[in-house]
Amino acid sequence: MNSQKIVVIGNGMVGQRFLEQLTSRLSSDKIEVTVFCEEPRAAYDRVQLSSFFAGKSAIDLSVVPERFFEDQAITLRLNDPVIAIDRSKKTISSARYRDVPYDKLILATGSFPFVPPIPGHDRRGCFVYRSIEDLEVIRAAAKKARIGTVVGGGLLGLEAAKALKDLGLETHVVEFAPRLMAVQLDETGGKLLQRKIEALGVTVHTAKNTQKIIDGVDINGNKHAHRMVFADGSTLDTDLIVYSAGIRPNDSLARAAKITVGERGGIGIDEYCRTSDPDVYAVGECALWNGRIFGLVAPGYQMAEIAARHVAGDESLRFDGADMSTKLKLMGVDVASLGDAMGKTAGALDYVYTDPVQGIYKKLVVSADGKQLLGAILVGDATEYGGLLQMALNAIPLPEHPEDLILPAREGASKGLGVDMLPAAALICSCNNVTKGGICDAVAAGCTTIGALKTTTKAGSSCGGCAPMVKQILESELRKQGVEVKNHICEHFPHSRQELYHLVRIGGLKTFGELLAKHGQGHGCDICKPAVASILASTWNEYVLKPKHAPLQDTNDRFLANMQKDGTYSIVPRVPGGEITPEKLIVLGAVAKKYKLYTKITGGQRIDLFGARVEQLPLIWRELVDAGFESGHAYGKALRTVKSCVGSTWCRYGVQDSVGMAIHLENRYRGLRSPHKLKMGVSGCTRECAEAQGKDVGVIATEKGWNLYVCGNGGIKPRHADLLANDLDDATLVKYIDRFLMFYIRTGDRLQRTSTWLDNLEGGIDYVKQVVCEDSLGIGAELEADMQKLVDTYECEWKHAINDPESLKRFRHFVNSDAPDSNVVFVAERGQIRPARDEEKETLEKESVPA
Amino acid sequence: MTARPNIDMSLKQWTAVCPLDDIAPDSGVCALIGGRQVAVFRVAGDHVYALANHDPFSNANVLSRGITGDIRGELVVASPVYKQHFSLATGQCIEDQTVQVETFAVRINNNVVEVEA
Repeated sequence: MNSQKIVVIGNGMVGQRFLEQLTSRLSSDKIEVTVFCEEPRAAYDRVQLSSFFAGKSAIDLSVVPERFFEDQAITLRLNDPVIAIDRSKKTISSARYRDVPYDKLILATGSFPFVPPIPGHDRRGCFVYRSIEDLEVIRAAAKKARIGTVVGGGLLGLEAAKALKDLGLETHVVEFAPRLMAVQLDETGGKLLQRKIEALGVTVHTAKNTQKIIDGVDINGNKHAHRMVFADGSTLDTDLIVYSAGIRPNDSLARAAKITVGERGGIGIDEYCRTSDPDVYAVGECALWNGRIFGLVAPGYQMAEIAARHVAGDESLRFDGADMSTKLKLMGVDVASLGDAMGKTAGALDYVYTDPVQGIYKKLVVSADGKQLLGAILVGDATEYGGLLQMALNAIPLPEHPEDLILPAREGASKGLGVDMLPAAALICSCNNVTKGGICDAVAAGCTTIGALKTTTKAGSSCGGCAPMVKQILESELRKQGVEVKNHICEHFPHSRQELYHLVRIGGLKTFGELLAKHGQGHGCDICKPAVASILASTWNEYVLKPKHAPLQDTNDRFLANMQKDGTYSIVPRVPGGEITPEKLIVLGAVAKKYKLYTKITGGQRIDLFGARVEQLPLIWRELVDAGFESGHAYGKALRTVKSCVGSTWCRYGVQDSVGMAIHLENRYRGLRSPHKLKMGVSGCTRECAEAQGKDVGVIATEKGWNLYVCGNGGIKPRHADLLANDLDDATLVKYIDRFLMFYIRTGDRLQRTSTWLDNLEGGIDYVKQVVCEDSLGIGAELEADMQKLVDTYECEWKHAINDPESLKRFRHFVNSDAPDSNVVFVAERGQIRPARDEEKETLEKESVPA
Repeated sequence: MTARPNIDMSLKQWTAVCPLDDIAPDSGVCALIGGRQVAVFRVAGDHVYALANHDPFSNANVLSRGITGDIRGELVVASPVYKQHFSLATGQCIEDQTVQVETFAVRINNNVVEVEA
């Protein structure tokens, strides 16, 4: 068979999912795929669009795997809208290409925002909220505006309102219906949501029918661009308007090609997503199935898979509608709606729980006989969503007292639905189509952490809504396998690192010996000793080479230098922020020359000096300390460097003094011991030259202050950092970093970098935001005080060591001789030394005369 | 690895290495004895053990700088390079049954550590 020509129109989230599904089924020699996309960039996460204003970049939002188009040999034509389909010739024409042939055509054209056709709707300063380009023009317009108004109080409208608020505008929402989210919420739920959103500073106007938009008028000397006039005679003055009043399917191409479309729009499809032309498919928001448009991404993904299978000749999956349940966080308020939330089923009954003080509303809709859950609404607390959804979807009988499902747990009563009751086919992660069975299989195949499960199955890696349930399944499966879910650090302590930290702190324990005697057994080992040494340092900050602590230290900490393969050490003095004077550079050069050290520039903007024998370390450091250098802690599970770009001082583009901030941060956190090494970066503008988003703590300058990113990583598993907070002033930035670092130090596992820590933290970045920015645990002040104590008790370990005869005694190779280790042999390469290889050593031995 | 010269058992003798106090509790030092490097450990109170200082995995002379402890009761030192464990009593590598490092008799005589090599 010749290769099949497949043309896809649209590269949104669903179009992209189709490509991934297709290429996983048909190899590139069987198909020739061309994709047309009218936007200037490949697929990105439209669901997370508002995070673009919260500091995420277009690249962060991308949903295309790296090198996807190259690896799959797919032709991607960006910025090139398709203008016509010729079904008789089976070709399409785009703005740039004529008569591109297809065997199968896939329409993934998505939808466009509905703009109510009222007089004045197309004035300057009126926008829609759909693409990154839309957001860019809104952002530009917001700079000159004070008040922003969103038309539409549905899901997308509230997202848009969040975006305007993030841009610093006084924000209004205008909704035609008498309540917010009229499709998903009943009156009580809608009103509660409104109250909560208004408490966050957004003004909500419901039951407002906009009749026209005219010029704004001076009010108290404030001129506004627009005045919205409502049917009830009231008005609202605003500087910009964003329409988010629903979507309409993009069906014009199909319509022009005489493919059947619905009366009110939408390209009609059958159970295999075929249109009225069997060689043309439609998927996602442009498609109309059984008279319905599905405006959520999960049903779009289902269609993408079904269409891809069908193109590949697999008819086993059919589309038969989709669950439109949703759970989301709107401006920090949890909202969920599932199944028949409005109780439209004949005879349906309600159970309702409200907590007006906490602002919580929960409603269950059950069948007339009280045996089946039909739907639910949750506002203010959506913890039960996962369990309830599974119960409704899998028709699991309600418990004897259904109200227990939404009532606050009574003492001793177990709440909600045990995951063991779910069938293997239960869909747990609807974003990535992962069933309970899929998760169980992955656990059986060796995924025993949340992080591993995410990587293998993708469950919980998109919206994260199912993460608590994934965790429950993991724990339940491990229990069934007879794996006791133990997080003991090693055989000597029946405790996790986190528990040991608490025992040390609460018990006031200052040595490994005390901790072992009270809470452990045996003699300890190379796992628990360095971990406890780190905890002791993070808690009490005593000199790490005190006789009680020295034998606990890991290889590098033991001699305050990095051991290399031949047993020699490398030395990295601290160069805060990467800023160094010519005088200090000369000292480094002179010392390296004197001790014949190999020198190399590190990735952290410092200079590494290699090839020092253990007995040379104090001599070298004596000279470095005299010249004003301090330990760089390159040897420790501790703060390494704060990398910086040159910032506003010199750079034409910089908006803040990134070097100054980097030096400030490095001097504050130098010597800080933590579960694993810590790296930071500070960039002076969004060009991000310091690569701060690849660091544990990344700071990026904005015109208003600093954006703070956390839990990034380079190395073996690169991870882009997550935005924790934006536009912070200097003091708040430091406060948040203090809290973040201490929280990680308290709760991290041994040798767990912040990136894996976050991946395994229940609640993820939202939870970290609550703890750090909102102080939800009430420990903010304590974390800051703990950090301040460490800052105040900092001392340079090398300065201490070279002035401490007890320490100095240990820096020799032989206890009974001053001879150097004869096994350390160097040869020359590119003008510097390097360790001799074994065969080179043998040759050298033969040549030298035996003593 | 380079071949080691055969040592005639009869030539072995006790060599004083250092005062016991020169070895911090639960750690090791390296002694140079007749041109050979011997790692001497003081663990679990005042018990002393001696192994060849050469780490067979990295070919670096560093075992004396490893962390001491126990694995299921067996006293061990962990190589500071690639972290394999060696029994202090027998020199047996825990992770690899085919690897064993040389052990030496060691004693405390009048608070001085002596090694037989």
